[in-house]
Amino acid sequence: MIIDAAKTILGSFVKKTGADLEGSATEAFEGALKRAGLSPEEVRSIMATGFGRKSVSFAQETVTEISCHSRGCYHYFPQEITVVDIGAQDNKIIRLDAEGRRVGFKINRKCAAGTGAFLEEMAYRLDIPLGDLDAVARRSNNAAEIGSYCTVFTATEVLDRIRRGEKVEDLVRGLYISVVKRVLEMGLLSGRVIVTGGVVAFNPIVAELLSERSGREVEIAPHPQEMGAFGAALFALERAQTWAVQGGESL
Amino acid sequence: MSEKGLRRKEIKAAFDLKRVTSDYYYRMDRISRGEEKGKIAWCTSVGPAELLRAFGFELHYPENHGAILGTTRTAMEYIPLANAIGYSPEICSYLTSDIGAYLKGETPLSKVYPGIESLPKPDLLAYNTNQCRDVQEWFEFYGREFQVPVVGINTPRALVEVREIDIASVVRQLMAMIPTLEEVSGERFDIERFKESLSLSRRCSELWGEVLGLAKHLPSPWTFFDGTIHMGPAVCLRGTQEAIDYYEVLKRELKERIEGGVAAVDGERFRLYWEGMPIWGKLRALSEQFSELHASIVVSTYCNSWIFSAFDEKKPFESMARAYTEIFINRAERVKEAYIAKMVREYRVDGIIFHDSRTCPNNSNARYGMPQRLEKRLGLPCLVIDADLNDLRCYSEEQTRTNIEAFVEQLAQTKR
Repeated sequence: MIIDAAKTILGSFVKKTGADLEGSATEAFEGALKRAGLSPEEVRSIMATGFGRKSVSFAQETVTEISCHSRGCYHYFPQEITVVDIGAQDNKIIRLDAEGRRVGFKINRKCAAGTGAFLEEMAYRLDIPLGDLDAVARRSNNAAEIGSYCTVFTATEVLDRIRRGEKVEDLVRGLYISVVKRVLEMGLLSGRVIVTGGVVAFNPIVAELLSERSGREVEIAPHPQEMGAFGAALFALERAQTWAVQGGESL
Repeated sequence: MSEKGLRRKEIKAAFDLKRVTSDYYYRMDRISRGEEKGKIAWCTSVGPAELLRAFGFELHYPENHGAILGTTRTAMEYIPLANAIGYSPEICSYLTSDIGAYLKGETPLSKVYPGIESLPKPDLLAYNTNQCRDVQEWFEFYGREFQVPVVGINTPRALVEVREIDIASVVRQLMAMIPTLEEVSGERFDIERFKESLSLSRRCSELWGEVLGLAKHLPSPWTFFDGTIHMGPAVCLRGTQEAIDYYEVLKRELKERIEGGVAAVDGERFRLYWEGMPIWGKLRALSEQFSELHASIVVSTYCNSWIFSAFDEKKPFESMARAYTEIFINRAERVKEAYIAKMVREYRVDGIIFHDSRTCPNNSNARYGMPQRLEKRLGLPCLVIDADLNDLRCYSEEQTRTNIEAFVEQLAQTKR
């Protein structure tokens, strides 16, 4: 994601990382440049974040996705907030005070239950296109209670229950509820609750169920899938402004 | 935002440590082979070492071997072997890695000490359940394998207060061991020898406490990661003069570091507490990451666990019973919480890292709300890392690194 000094998004690009971390980062950078109509030389500061942050050789610095999601969300919601980031591989609950300082965070245990990877696996096992999962769950008015904790055992449980005549939509809704339960087990929510990450970008039902289950108003952040990148861009801007001050330049 | 190229600074006393450790293993090997007079007892790490030494036993500590299997990462080869004979992957991974290595007839000591082909064969096994019950079953396994006596102390657990009735129970159990120890060692119990070994152990413990205490200095001359290496004599050689001599050397060097303004972590910016077991297979990687982040782990429950302040040779049985019953791991949550709070103040700590070790519930203190209570009580951030002492299948490299980095980023927001 590329922003200007006024924090306006100029361009962004999403690329599935795969095994080539450096290559996909380069491709994403080039894609974002193209959309922004910029050349690489016009970019003053680059910050890398996320799982592959250490593999981005053209970035000047790195910062964790925990800090970036916090920074990005606080930009839009400058008050006491809890950021719930539901990503492909992990979930995070991040608490910020009214000044935007992080007061605590939790990442899920070494387990895929409740993450985007869990939903991907379930969609694959149910032979439902990932993009249709949300719509399927919305057809249910009687969510199934999923008993298992483990991703592999959940798949077995779901297939067995379909064989015994339960409705697919009830089970899919139950799977989403299971994701929400895993999130709520991680820690307490306080202040305004903002959800980010790729999962809610394509499965907004998660935010609705989180609200239903927690009894709190839950909002989906703007451009949730790119919130981490936006936060990184804000850090990069701060960095560039610091350099400019030190060098006597204006941005 | 980290900086590359910062490495752990070697402590020169490590040369002495290597000699002391080498002498210890070769001495046990000679006894085991019948080349030197003596008997071998296997003892738990906070077991009745001083009483055993009073009978002339040389002591092997299976937990120390477990830690070696962890640091060499050979544990990962051996744990499944113990799992396959019915020792669950959910129980102590020291136990499963040590039993697995025994089943395969291997030890990493053979690579480090040429000529040592196996662990010294025990003549007796002695445990204390003050740390957990796994040690009892671990030693019972070897009792069956080697057909040697197993003696043990079943300490009252999870104490709020250490009462006289608790001490009396442990004293009686210590005394009840004596006939077996006499029979196996071939020596009569001599209270003066017992007092002498307790006196040596007390001095070792005091010195160990002093060297750990030097980390109160800003910047700290050494870290938890150094401590996990240099604690060897406090565990395996307490009750001997060698351990005392070693810690005098180490103390001198650390004092010199303080006088010379040498910090273990260059540009020490954050001071942290490590609660729980080390992640043995990742010590170097973690040490380097913390150094890069200018964070020094200055105090830990783990290293402090071999400070036995109650030892008093004038009351050998009572004081030994008290020392081994009042240890941190054997206490109720509220006592543990107060202890950590005290250490946080004394060492001027900025944050606490809890290692929730999958197979070591007894030495994992993030399971009953302690981090949350301490955050509230001390106004300090706490981080919980899910991993294990030896079983690296329970460890996620990326998740742990990100957790630590994000934690230090959080500390940086509040500490200017």
